[in-house]
Amino acid sequence: MHELSITQSMLDLVLEQAEKAEAKSVGKINLVIGEMTGVVGDCVQFYFDFLSKGTSAEGAALSFKVIPTTAKCRNCGKPFELKEFDWTCPYCKSNNMEIVAGKELFVESIEVE
Amino acid sequence: MEIKVVKDILGANEQIAQKNRQLFDSNQVFVLNLMSSPGAGKTSLILQTIKQLKGKTRVSVVEGDISSSLDAEAIGKEGVPVVQINTGGECHLDANMTSTALGSVPLKDVDLLLIENVGNLVCPAEFALGEHKKVLISSTPEGDDKPFKYPLMFHEADVVLINKIDLLPYLKFDTDAFSQAIKGINQKVEIFPISCATGQGIEKWVSWLLGQMSQRQS
Repeated sequence: MHELSITQSMLDLVLEQAEKAEAKSVGKINLVIGEMTGVVGDCVQFYFDFLSKGTSAEGAALSFKVIPTTAKCRNCGKPFELKEFDWTCPYCKSNNMEIVAGKELFVESIEVE
Repeated sequence: MEIKVVKDILGANEQIAQKNRQLFDSNQVFVLNLMSSPGAGKTSLILQTIKQLKGKTRVSVVEGDISSSLDAEAIGKEGVPVVQINTGGECHLDANMTSTALGSVPLKDVDLLLIENVGNLVCPAEFALGEHKKVLISSTPEGDDKPFKYPLMFHEADVVLINKIDLLPYLKFDTDAFSQAIKGINQKVEIFPISCATGQGIEKWVSWLLGQMSQRQS
């Protein structure tokens, strides 16, 4: 459900950037979404189609780069992907770790005409 | 033409949250964002906290709900100023809704502001309100697997309150495993087992709260 406000914020940001570049239309929006945010691409697409009507971003293609939740072991220092129900380091079995990726939620670039 | 943007989608929310934070700090108000799934005990915790702090601390409450003012009415009976936000379908509070509600909070006469977020373990974790600390209430009947299902919420929390510990004899809930999982990914977290029904553990929570407030004043 948070996709509605997230999509609105994303669209505001994209339109602001497009206006700054004096672009006529936005063809593509490249998004980076961390797995941990729980943001669902299909939902963003659904809201986007609705919210972007009548704006210069109407019809723009959305591209999602999904970043897996990644932790760095505080014991052996090795990075690894966090598995759903097993939060232990696959190398040394420690359960003390720092989340280093997976919280991303940003617009990387837009393609405009 | 490709334009590099690299901007946080929730940057606008973050900016308003920072303004809220400045407003809290200039009025010397300590602010908590209370989050949990529906029915975990946010309102019960607020009522218990008000009871414990009566005469010691001036408390105010902002109540976030999708609809209804049932919780606000229950809290209003305790004689503390309470402001209701109805999100009208939105599953979380954001900094802007909070900012609007703050116009009705007597910040100058308040030491502690408790913001009760909408019951939800996903969306509220994304939206900063300007709070000093994020408090997550996780109750024993929900199960001890919740950190694995909602990692962001457990990662962001400054405090996790394990509520309804009076029900532990009837449930398969491994408090140690639960706490261990959270501490594994969140080194800053403080965990307090409590029961809002019996009052067990509430003292430790309140003493943490008072400690935080006196640290800020000094």
